[in-house]
Amino acid sequence: MATLLNLSYLLAAVLFIFGLKQLGSPKTARRGNMLAMLGMLIAILMTLLDKQIIDFTYIIIGLIVGAGIGAYAAITVQMTNMPQMVALFNGFGGAASTFVAYSEFVAGNYVTSTGDPKLDIVITIGLSVLIGTVTFSGSLIAFAKLQGIMRGAPITFKGQQALNAASLIAVVILGGMLAVNPDNAILLVIILAIALLLGVISVIPIGGADMPVVISLLNSYSGLAAAATGFVLSNNVLIISGALVGASGLILTQIMCKAMNRSLANVLFAAVGTDDSTGTASGGRKDKSSVTQYTAEDAAMVFEAAQSVIIVPGYGLAVAQAQHVLQEFAQMLMANGTKVRYAIHPVAGRMPGHMNVLLAEANVPYDMLLEMDEINEDFQNTDIALVIGANDVINPAARTDKSSPLYGMPILNVDHAKSVMIVKRSLSAGFAGVDNELFYDQKTMMLFGDAKGMVTDLVKEYKNL
Amino acid sequence: MEDAILVSIYVFVLAIFVGFEVITKVPPLLHTPLMSGSNAISGITIVGALISAGAGHALLSTVLGTLAVICATINVVGGFMVTDRMLEMFKKDKKEEGK
Repeated sequence: MATLLNLSYLLAAVLFIFGLKQLGSPKTARRGNMLAMLGMLIAILMTLLDKQIIDFTYIIIGLIVGAGIGAYAAITVQMTNMPQMVALFNGFGGAASTFVAYSEFVAGNYVTSTGDPKLDIVITIGLSVLIGTVTFSGSLIAFAKLQGIMRGAPITFKGQQALNAASLIAVVILGGMLAVNPDNAILLVIILAIALLLGVISVIPIGGADMPVVISLLNSYSGLAAAATGFVLSNNVLIISGALVGASGLILTQIMCKAMNRSLANVLFAAVGTDDSTGTASGGRKDKSSVTQYTAEDAAMVFEAAQSVIIVPGYGLAVAQAQHVLQEFAQMLMANGTKVRYAIHPVAGRMPGHMNVLLAEANVPYDMLLEMDEINEDFQNTDIALVIGANDVINPAARTDKSSPLYGMPILNVDHAKSVMIVKRSLSAGFAGVDNELFYDQKTMMLFGDAKGMVTDLVKEYKNL
Repeated sequence: MEDAILVSIYVFVLAIFVGFEVITKVPPLLHTPLMSGSNAISGITIVGALISAGAGHALLSTVLGTLAVICATINVVGGFMVTDRMLEMFKKDKKEEGK
């Protein structure tokens, strides 16, 4: 029976890997998710048949409550709120690891048949509680910031780094003490408390706009927490799945950092940023008279004559809920024979890939969504680059101005297009607080207004032509 | 150090390499579903949770196990369902589908 159980766990692990592999293409992705689901189902069912389980009361309660909450959240969440939802789920994953490890500890499952404590199990219990709890409290803070329960601005205080370091050292020492004296249960309670604190103080100094990195990192932690629990239970399917998720989160973290041209250390410790990408209010340092302002009517005529258009959406688009009307406009352009595509910057959203989901929800076919490297060369042959709700990711200063905080960040080559239209409320700077010289360029037409209102006007004027 | 933990470490390290190989091939287009989907997978902790909740341990241990089952199930059910909901929205251009 134990062999059968282990083989079914192996099957589950294989299905997870195949599932993730099929997530590599939008054609197979849905099937991939189903495969992973099947793997999970097999693992759960075979575990329930295990003879260690003698009482199903609490299991059934737990499954019903958990499934109810999970299903409700999954069905009702709005796509713009995906980042906080994933943050919350990461937190639950971490909490589950903590609870399992703690339960094993309380049940005394760290001793050999002769009654001696097993050092490796005690250490992995400590690790599992530490990583799981940091993931939990860190994710809750990330959730609160993304949901707007907490202000997005970095919260810093004197001695923060020192407190971080001291907490980590304390945990290591307590872990050592626990390994020597596992019967001293209070030690694990203290580790748990410090881990809770550590999760909070390591996420509060991170600004709202850096949250994509944090969610990715916490995603990685939730995987590592599962793997640590796998070590506690000597259960390979937990270790494999945890490692897969850990690797996935780490890769996404790296991609996000690269797209912002920041090091992970800089994101985690530098406390960069204001409240959110709404940015600091700084008027243009340049002469505002050089700004070309267009009305929707003027712009519609320019679009009428255009052969090709690349739309550059930013998070401001989603905030204004203008995706649907934008796609309506794109379809009108296409019906008129204009080639339309979307250029997606890696950080155009609040989590990796977020903008793609938001546009997919607005029925934009995924073959119209192109990532930065695929489309950047095409801007020079494009008549109009239409920028909505994006700013820093199109700022040419990132390429040329060494003094700019954006310098070195990969940007979309919007300025290479034959003409540029920017829908924006005002000339204010972006998240980085840097003025955008593109606003003052001769080929740039500024369409001042709310994204949704302006695109709606564009649709109306375009129809009237 | 015991053999069991050594084997576990082997498995862990090798699985990380598999993870890197598989996941670097996922395009940015699908990174959000990748995150929510992998999140659901990390809910595999549920198999440990089920045993903690049902093995007839002392009350505290069982309570902790039950909490673990709740958290892990939220992760599994919510994660897979929301991933499916997102992936359902990714469609190719209709005109090309007809061809």
